[in-house]
Amino acid sequence: MTFKAFALAASVAALATGALAEGHGGVKVGMITTLSGGGAGLGIDVRDGFMLAVKQSGNTDIEVIIKDDQRKPEVAVRLADELIQSDKVDVMTGIIWSNLAMAVVPGAVAQGKFYLSPNAGPSALAGQGCHPNYFNVAWQNDNLHEAAGAYANSAGFVNSFILAPNYPAGQDALTGYKRQYRGELAGELFTTLGQTDYASEIAQIRASGADSVFFFLPGGMGISFLKQYADSGVDIPVIGPAFSFDQGILQAVGEAAIGVVNTSQWNKDIDNATNAAFVESFQAEYGRLPSLYASQGFDTANLLLSAMETASVTDADAFRAALKAADFESTRGDFAFGPNNHPIQDIYVREVIKEGDVFTNRIIGVALEDHADVYAAECKM
Amino acid sequence: MSTLLLAEQVLNGLQLGIMLFLMAAGLTLVFGVMGLINLAHGSLYMIGAFAAAAVAGATGSFLLALMAALAAAAAAGALVEMLVIRRLYDRDHLDQVLATFALILIFSEGTRWVFGSFPLYLNIPDYLAGPITLPGGIQYPLYRLTLIGIGLVIALGLFLLISRTRLGIQIRAGENDREMIAALGVDISKLYTIVFALGAALAGLAGALVGAIQSVQVGMGEPVLILAFVVIVIGGIGSIKGALVGAILVGLTDTLGGLLLPALFAQFMEASAAQGMGSALASMLIYILMAVVLVVRPTGLYGARA
Repeated sequence: MTFKAFALAASVAALATGALAEGHGGVKVGMITTLSGGGAGLGIDVRDGFMLAVKQSGNTDIEVIIKDDQRKPEVAVRLADELIQSDKVDVMTGIIWSNLAMAVVPGAVAQGKFYLSPNAGPSALAGQGCHPNYFNVAWQNDNLHEAAGAYANSAGFVNSFILAPNYPAGQDALTGYKRQYRGELAGELFTTLGQTDYASEIAQIRASGADSVFFFLPGGMGISFLKQYADSGVDIPVIGPAFSFDQGILQAVGEAAIGVVNTSQWNKDIDNATNAAFVESFQAEYGRLPSLYASQGFDTANLLLSAMETASVTDADAFRAALKAADFESTRGDFAFGPNNHPIQDIYVREVIKEGDVFTNRIIGVALEDHADVYAAECKM
Repeated sequence: MSTLLLAEQVLNGLQLGIMLFLMAAGLTLVFGVMGLINLAHGSLYMIGAFAAAAVAGATGSFLLALMAALAAAAAAGALVEMLVIRRLYDRDHLDQVLATFALILIFSEGTRWVFGSFPLYLNIPDYLAGPITLPGGIQYPLYRLTLIGIGLVIALGLFLLISRTRLGIQIRAGENDREMIAALGVDISKLYTIVFALGAALAGLAGALVGAIQSVQVGMGEPVLILAFVVIVIGGIGSIKGALVGAILVGLTDTLGGLLLPALFAQFMEASAAQGMGSALASMLIYILMAVVLVVRPTGLYGARA
């Protein structure tokens, strides 16, 4: 019964932020992101972060066209064609999910467009499939999992039980963890993508005798897992990447998340002026705390704006060099691109706490300093 | 593999099955009595969960939240039946599928409009939280045991309703010959509204009960809906008993398959690959089960003989 396959031929309203100025220097941005369906919270955060930076810049030379991909690759591909052929955008951004990025990015950069990824960082686009016009402003997919493995070593864990959904990013997650982690594995499990009941997995964790559990279950899957884990009475410490502990879903997990350690390249308490101003203005604008996705959207827009200051998008070589210089104030502090246009950055260890009535994270250490991805060596460009 | 783990997994399978039964019961009644394919059944499940989360957030009472879930889903069901579904009984199944698919989109975006895009918080009450120790030393969450109990009570109630009450007689008669019972003076449109609202209430209750251990978010109903369809196809369309047996069969197959298949593959291949293969095959298992049942008994286990 795959009636969900009846894709609606509807695209969501485009937001134009001010008239495009006459003459050169104007940049048209096509943003394809997930604004409806199960993963909409992530896309909305990226969009809101991005638009906040555009608004704060006061730059009227930038026009952003926003489209909803409904988390469906075929919709994303159609929207990308539309943006490139009829809207004639210069720069594309916005995609959340790796499978959608794989469907859109190679085609877009081959047609001479710039693509700035605010989230998805599949290994294929970091290694052999890298491209001079493709910049990832968030992370390579493996990064946060590698950091979790490094943290497990430093915390003295030697017998981890690891689980992730059975799809490419899930397999990358377990690979990433194992790349850094030096202990034994008490068990390794692949769950179904979109699974909501983890009773069976939790029973196996209980029976395994592990000293730690690493899981990568983004979005709603993580909420279900953590609530059920807390209720099961198993008290083995849990580690995960930030995706199950972002600001958007922590409130739904509630007390079950308190004290859980997770790894992230960003948190709201990173101490720099840009970040403090970002957190404050995001709250003032949207009435909620920003998530890491919002920070990624914000950084992506600021990278683009910084490049627009030094080069015109019509001069592709100069614009590319301006992007690569990454001459902008990141919410993460130090930020630079590696040889494959992926970030070199610190990855932090965070802990879930309760501030007043709100569940949020605080940084308790650095897992990996100036961390780059392992695929850079395979990138020839 | 220890017997303790196996016993715990059997309980897990049972609990999954019982929750599927609550979904499938409404679906199978509506299909059996009215001949209607209702894709929006998953939305009613979602409405139950959201109503429960909203009321639990406002009052802090889980019981009130469950009441609200029942009431909201039943009301939504009755409303949908009167406004939309009623016009679809005489149309073919494709029209029904299209119209109820439209309802899914309307309910999903409507819920997003009211509650926002981020998942809501709904948790199990303190008096049901935590594990208890069962005979044999199995640690099992009390809440999941409660779910099994509630589901079995509802199954019994439904069975009595169908077999012992006047409404049940009308429902059974409606399944067999709807013109005839209309001719005998039964208000058929009222009966349809009641059956639809009853099915909706059960879905809403399932949504609220399950929402407390999963995440309450837009689109939560559709994956369950697919499983519920598998259940009624296995059990036989229109049969409550079939829905119960089918649901428990699906629940056990899904849970035990996910445990046993990877273990089986690990006997003769490398652990990581066995995991990947095993879990891929395990997720297909219930559909294989459905295919086998359809080959052996095309109308399902308890379906009416043609």
